[in-house]
Amino acid sequence: MRIGAELFLDCLVREGVSHIFGFPGGVVLKLYDRLMDSDIKHILTRHEQAAAHAADGYSRSTGKVGVCLATSGPGATNLVTGIATAYMDSVPLIAFTGQVSTDLIGGDAFQEADIVGITRPITKHNFLVKDVADLARTIREAFHIARTGRPGPVLVDLPRDMLDAATRHVYPKTVEIRGYNPVYDGNPGQIRRAANLILNSTRPVIYAGGGVIISAASKELVQMAELINIPTTTTLMGLGGFPASHPLFLGMLGMHGTYAANMTISNSDLILAVGARFDDRVTGKIEEFAPNAKIIHIDIDPSAISKNVKVDIPIVGDAKNILKSLMAELKKHSDTKWKEITREWLKEVNAWEKENPLKYEKIDDVIKPQQVVEEIYRLTRGDAIVTTDVGQNQMWTAQYYKFEKPRRLLSSGGLGTMGFGLPAAIGAQVGNPDSLVFAIAGDGSVQMNIQELITAVQYELPVKVAILNNGYLGMVRQWQELFFDRRYSATDLEVSPDFVGVAKAYGAKGMEGNKPSDVEKIIKEAINTAGPVVMNFRVEREENVYPMVPLGAGIKDMILGPPEKKK
Amino acid sequence: MNEKTNQRRRTLSILVQNKFGVLSRVASLFSGRGYNIESLSVAPTEDPTLSRVTLVTDGSEEILEQIYKQLNKLIDVIKVVDTSRENHVNREMVLVKVRGDASVRADLIRAADVFKGNIIDASARTCTIEVTGEEGKIEAFIDLMTSFGILEIARTGRVAISKGPRTLKPGRVKP
Repeated sequence: MRIGAELFLDCLVREGVSHIFGFPGGVVLKLYDRLMDSDIKHILTRHEQAAAHAADGYSRSTGKVGVCLATSGPGATNLVTGIATAYMDSVPLIAFTGQVSTDLIGGDAFQEADIVGITRPITKHNFLVKDVADLARTIREAFHIARTGRPGPVLVDLPRDMLDAATRHVYPKTVEIRGYNPVYDGNPGQIRRAANLILNSTRPVIYAGGGVIISAASKELVQMAELINIPTTTTLMGLGGFPASHPLFLGMLGMHGTYAANMTISNSDLILAVGARFDDRVTGKIEEFAPNAKIIHIDIDPSAISKNVKVDIPIVGDAKNILKSLMAELKKHSDTKWKEITREWLKEVNAWEKENPLKYEKIDDVIKPQQVVEEIYRLTRGDAIVTTDVGQNQMWTAQYYKFEKPRRLLSSGGLGTMGFGLPAAIGAQVGNPDSLVFAIAGDGSVQMNIQELITAVQYELPVKVAILNNGYLGMVRQWQELFFDRRYSATDLEVSPDFVGVAKAYGAKGMEGNKPSDVEKIIKEAINTAGPVVMNFRVEREENVYPMVPLGAGIKDMILGPPEKKK
Repeated sequence: MNEKTNQRRRTLSILVQNKFGVLSRVASLFSGRGYNIESLSVAPTEDPTLSRVTLVTDGSEEILEQIYKQLNKLIDVIKVVDTSRENHVNREMVLVKVRGDASVRADLIRAADVFKGNIIDASARTCTIEVTGEEGKIEAFIDLMTSFGILEIARTGRVAISKGPRTLKPGRVKP
């Protein structure tokens, strides 16, 4: 006989869990007690939200399921933002929450919250274990659901008495869930039709999203693009799914996408969408999105298809499998002179690339934020794991760090969660102890989970936090500048902590950069420092992210740079 | 009744796991995504591990497609069928409590008879009548009862089943 808490930990070990991120509390005391005797390493974050983001960063960077643990009530509700973040970006995450004893549920007990009810719309599925006999099977199902199909977070709520109860149950060998059978192979008829459409197009473009990274289809994506010479753009979530240095790569598309990517999409006659979901930040005004293009949409989630944009040929299944089948189908038509067909088109695409490449103006006395990102890219040879917060720091990272490999950029794309970067970097460093992990943050967003510096210090996780400090909530300020007549309502952060002092107070190294010549030196020193580092770069206060598609405009109607008078 | 040109009214039959919380998953899917629920009825099936939800909704073709896909995405949903696309029968039931003292009792009985209704309760001043049928019949009956003075109405919402041998059996269970 074991108790529930012991069975719980045994199940986690069998699922391959080596690390969990969490914060203890009353109803999970028994679990935390047994955890001391377990092989599973527990990372104590200083806020449950950070535990969820750390588990998320661990998962995004390793491809494994991330696990976080919190107590009932406020512990559980503090996970909510982290769970929603993982849900929007299809991250396999399991959130275990303590719950008051089954006999107290519903009675407004101390630290009771209906976390299953609260997280229903932000989880792929969730469970309340009401009988210890269901515990092992529930954990098995939770992991199965989280990592299969379109991955996503699953929450398991564990009443205190479930962890105390004696049980003879064991981890089940198999899992079977009626009504849950994700489809992995594309329909052959649809694949044939897609191949025909590709062969009959003259202006094709590949639009790839996070699904490529989740299904480990990067190699196939490159092969597909090279087979017919199709220019390729990715979403924020897809960055690294296609090597940025590849001649067919256009950069990111959408609101802050490159001129070439947005023009190519807008003038295409065929979009091959792979594991992307036509998010509003990508499409801009729907009516003006790729008006002349037919769309082939490969996605494992049927509900992602024709949700925002009407699709001509949907193919439901796993991106890697379908790309392979699609290439096999295309190769049957080896007589077609594909590359000649796209030659003219590529000339046009290259002209757009030359016409308006990503650019910013360097100045002598003030650091440009883009410069910091470029320098981090150069000094890490493009091979660091980079987390971002949300806002300008996120977009500059997406634009100026050239991601060559998948699972290197960890960013909250769908939910847009400020405060994600530092805890996600901690999780990524736990999962990749030998990798260099950078968190590129803003001075606003870093303060949303800055307490996690102590977690990095405690567990000797040498994350490098680069704050692009402009003394503003920069992206909101940018919108206020452009669309609200420079009325900077609640975005001025001039009253700000001394970040170097904060770093030191937590026991991390802090460095301050004030002029462009400091940047390289500081980043080098950070890389050569064994422990966690905070780099506070004082950057140009009112630098904007360009290109920019104003809200409600078509993506070809970009603002390419600051108005002339400002120069 | 007043259907807009591209609005479709649909009766969905949804087979779900008979577990606590499933109904709220279905309902919160609709509220969270802004879909409309006109009526909803749920009860266990002949297989006690499964429940059947009959849900009447409306929306454009695109919305209905999303509703179908989103429902299928719920782990506890086993099968969704748009019964209104098939040859089917549907029924709902209404209980109407009206003013009905001795002076109108005979008229009430005649009215109930016309609608094949049953008088299921009577007191000195009230009378409760049960009528089953398609929506149009229920509406007509309620209209008729208005003249007597309706005190209270309880309607079940629609249930539906396809005609002939077709059934809403769960799909094959994969190993």
